[in-house]
Amino acid sequence: MTEVAVFEILEPGVLTTIQDLGRYGFSQFGVPPSGALDTFSFRVANLLVGNRLEEACLEVTVMGLKLKALTEVVIAITGGDLFPTLNGDPLEMWRTHLLVEGDVVAFRSLRGGCRSYFSVSGGFAVPRIMESKSTYLAGKFGGLEGRALKRSDVLYAPDNPIPVDRLGYRFPKDWIPPLQGEAFLRVIPGPQDRHFTKKGFETFCSASYQVTRQCDRMGVRLEGPKIERRIDVEESIISEGLLPGAIQVPGDGKPIILLTESVTGGYAKIAAIISADLSKVAQLKPGDHIRFEPISIEEAHNLLKEQEGRLRNLEESLPSHRR
Amino acid sequence: MIKSRSQNLIELRTFTLDSMSLYRKTPFLVIGDRGLLIEFGDEISPETNQKVRAMALAIKTAAIEGIMEAVPTYRSLLVVYNPLIVSIEDLKKRLKLLEEKLPQTLFPEPKLTRLPVVYGDLYGPDFHYVAEYCHISREEVIQLHCSKPYLIYMIGFMPGYPYMGDLPEALVTPRLKTPRLSVPAGSVAISQKQTGIYPMESPGGWQIIGRTPVRLFDPEKDPPALLRMGDLVQFYSITAEEFEEWET
Repeated sequence: MTEVAVFEILEPGVLTTIQDLGRYGFSQFGVPPSGALDTFSFRVANLLVGNRLEEACLEVTVMGLKLKALTEVVIAITGGDLFPTLNGDPLEMWRTHLLVEGDVVAFRSLRGGCRSYFSVSGGFAVPRIMESKSTYLAGKFGGLEGRALKRSDVLYAPDNPIPVDRLGYRFPKDWIPPLQGEAFLRVIPGPQDRHFTKKGFETFCSASYQVTRQCDRMGVRLEGPKIERRIDVEESIISEGLLPGAIQVPGDGKPIILLTESVTGGYAKIAAIISADLSKVAQLKPGDHIRFEPISIEEAHNLLKEQEGRLRNLEESLPSHRR
Repeated sequence: MIKSRSQNLIELRTFTLDSMSLYRKTPFLVIGDRGLLIEFGDEISPETNQKVRAMALAIKTAAIEGIMEAVPTYRSLLVVYNPLIVSIEDLKKRLKLLEEKLPQTLFPEPKLTRLPVVYGDLYGPDFHYVAEYCHISREEVIQLHCSKPYLIYMIGFMPGYPYMGDLPEALVTPRLKTPRLSVPAGSVAISQKQTGIYPMESPGGWQIIGRTPVRLFDPEKDPPALLRMGDLVQFYSITAEEFEEWET
């Protein structure tokens, strides 16, 4: 397949990486999944421009990315509101736009959430490493040379015809997930919830926690009331497998939400965030407040089915599916 | 020499299979709405680890639809599933059926990898400390570390990092009080009864005693990691000149 240069990076911003839905099946070699943190917004960005759901997009963090179109392309921006502009004018999110050669898109400032997803029709062309295009920052592989984008990088996409049937297509406004000041994150207790006292577990479920500056693709460290551990259990456990959303509590009693660049760990996990709420975690930034609410696994699976149902409805309503 | 080592493992295997029947109630713990953690014991031992490995092999062979990943570690196996494809009830049923058949598991013969290590000096900043702590000479540290093949309990923490054991009792040393911010790639380290190798530069809290020139992880290769859980590693000592001239 021939490829064409689609963007030049004028400013890389705080952190911009190429991500898809992640790398699965390699954890036995110590390789974490990586991939987009807000998989809902990520997939909507792909659907809008006519891509497969798992096609690679840019994950834009906080602000500062500025890029120039090198040819005619169709794009969409979803997720956190980083005040995107086109040649200086505000650019509407959650819809497709046609860019022409020389157009400049910039992410001016953080207005809500933390991470935006920037899709281009055809998807960004980078080699697949272990079946995925996702950047694994700590491992220094995947995406573009295993690193964050930098100034003067040139991004490529397959040389496909412009999907004209997608132009001007919008994601329904009332389906856009709200970016509220305080996030309620639903969790399933375990697997080591019994390592904490009854009082400790109650603290975890009732207190408000604040996101600290130690907040990246590996995990989100929280500040707030200390979670009391039982005196008869050790601080660390024998190292075991991790999932994005697992909440570990190290010796200091302050919870850490683990994200997509973690593979194994040796601290007790009091609970894990449900899949349907992981996209909310992706939009947390330092200073944000959160609360945890335990629910049953059946409820969690029903909520996930609802969320996936909305995505499927959207997919079926799009032009290419009406043919 | 190598042959007698694998014979040890065969004995270990027989032991594992006999004791498996005592393990009727393996707990299935929930981790979030996409993970099941199968716990085979609560200690670091080759017997428990062998059960984890058997279950990982059984899951791979069974190719159950909806299982995205199985993460084998010291004493547990994390099964990551897609609840939209397989229900947790069905998954548990199928995993329990597999578990009942584990005593019949045939393991592939463990592969023994010999790894060169340059000990001490610039390559092993904690080498002297370990000798002092253990009240042994530097030569004895090398002799002990190279004295037997180690079982790879798991690969984790970072790509290609092998957690291996058990060290001879005379070499058991606690981890650093304050972890280093940066440990060079190839560093060979020990902590308690375990020994490991940092495949790439990273922060680390283990005592660094040497360095290997062999590359343990290459994302472009299939498989990407040189070592696998359940296999064996035997270290041998090389000189600084040999290290510098090593061709990978």
